[in-house]
Amino acid sequence: VSNSIPPGTRDVLPEEMRELRAISSGIRATFEDAGYGEVHTPALEYEEVLRRGEERAAGARYRTFDEQGDVLALRSDMTIPIARVVATRYADVEPPLRFCYFAHAWRAIERGVGEPREFLQGGLELIGAEGPEGDAEIVSLTIEALDAVGLRRHRIGIGDGSLYRTLLHELEVPEDRHMPLLECLSRRDLVGLERVVSDLPVRELLVELPSLRGGPEVLQRAEGLRALHELLEERGVADRVIFDLGLVRELGYYTGAVFEVYDPAVGFALGGGGRYDELLGRFGRELPACGIALDLQRVHQAVAAEEALA
Amino acid sequence: VKLTIAVPRGALFGGTLDLLDTLGIDTAEVRSNDRKLLFADAGIVTMRPSDVPTYVEHGSADIGITGKDVLLEQSQRNVYELLDLRYGRCRMVVAAGAGDPIGSALRRLGRVRIATKYPRVAARHFADTGRQAEIVEVKGSVELAPLTGLVDGIVDLTATGRTLEENGLRVVEEIGECTARLIANPVAHKLKAEQIDRVVERIRSG
Repeated sequence: VSNSIPPGTRDVLPEEMRELRAISSGIRATFEDAGYGEVHTPALEYEEVLRRGEERAAGARYRTFDEQGDVLALRSDMTIPIARVVATRYADVEPPLRFCYFAHAWRAIERGVGEPREFLQGGLELIGAEGPEGDAEIVSLTIEALDAVGLRRHRIGIGDGSLYRTLLHELEVPEDRHMPLLECLSRRDLVGLERVVSDLPVRELLVELPSLRGGPEVLQRAEGLRALHELLEERGVADRVIFDLGLVRELGYYTGAVFEVYDPAVGFALGGGGRYDELLGRFGRELPACGIALDLQRVHQAVAAEEALA
Repeated sequence: VKLTIAVPRGALFGGTLDLLDTLGIDTAEVRSNDRKLLFADAGIVTMRPSDVPTYVEHGSADIGITGKDVLLEQSQRNVYELLDLRYGRCRMVVAAGAGDPIGSALRRLGRVRIATKYPRVAARHFADTGRQAEIVEVKGSVELAPLTGLVDGIVDLTATGRTLEENGLRVVEEIGECTARLIANPVAHKLKAEQIDRVVERIRSG
């Protein structure tokens, strides 16, 4: 018998555990102080319930059968389970509702070595608050939480998940082009994008838009984000965000603003999230909502990388 | 803030250094020293083309240059493909010896054996065209594999077709054209947006 553990999982020993704890405590304190109560939900859910939230069950890959033959799945994020909790346990409670969580989630390894199969997330869900007020609260709290763990140079990328889709309709781009275009965009293949639109009269805009990123000056085409920028200015964190009109998130439930978290010491995003105004309705309680999840092991890597640079 | 650039050694090396010259980056030391790998002053790291996406994805380099063949093979990499640089033009092809060894294997045995350095590209091409293929990954000269009877055909990159010809092989199918591409790390693409856009602008206008 081999004593190995599945690739992409890990044992955490005391030294790492202590550092990881310190990070989650700092983040938890920030979230709790802001009125976000911590919740925990089962690691296993009915697959059918996860699918109600998102058609691919938000990427849940590990399934098994229970005694009745029902399909159980290991959750791949906490957003869908919390939406379920709100619709069931908080069915009559007046919004807004604020929750935070620190929990593992599981996804398949799709891109090769080094990718985690099991990862630890710390996140926020703000339910019943409309964008952009809700979005501004989530963004500024995320910045504050990372301040609390000692990061100084972190930034939040903000995009609009529906922007490109809307633009394709507004510009009357033929339907059969939409999928290839959106695929290029999510693959971050700007060369392919340019090729797909090369014969369209509106090609310049379609190519230019996804590479617009920076301050409020890039928001001419994204009215929806302008109000968010003003609110972030009031909260004194406008200089910590980068508006990015090419930002796309993979999960299908996002309906508005989408977020990604960066630190210059590491080349990968530390987490992400966005607005999902239609998700709660699928569980029977129609409420606007938004949230964000930080990958705590990645935050830990960023903290270590910043220390190494200092 | 300076950009760190991953530069491919090998066939794209010369063209890439010429391009960097036009961007005002001093490549003299890189040209004169082919053992050194990291040139901190110029912000250049040199490596095999197939390693470029690895360094860029990780953020050890902000941007990099590599062939489309490498990107097709490593399509799971989380990097931005920003520009077609148009040099290093090659074709990804299926090649085989005299007669029709691939067609004959498919007719008689229902599957074909293919040697390649690009197992994913090859597998995808045969799957997309509805043919059973057994992919044999080799590291060295692929042209040898069909000559020794190891496989029925190969998938490889060819510029002029000379090497294929000299080994008695000919192109039987074209999979696609490959040129050098500019890629970027997704975080650097946001946090160093100005510098990266300046490079893109300069290349586009130059």
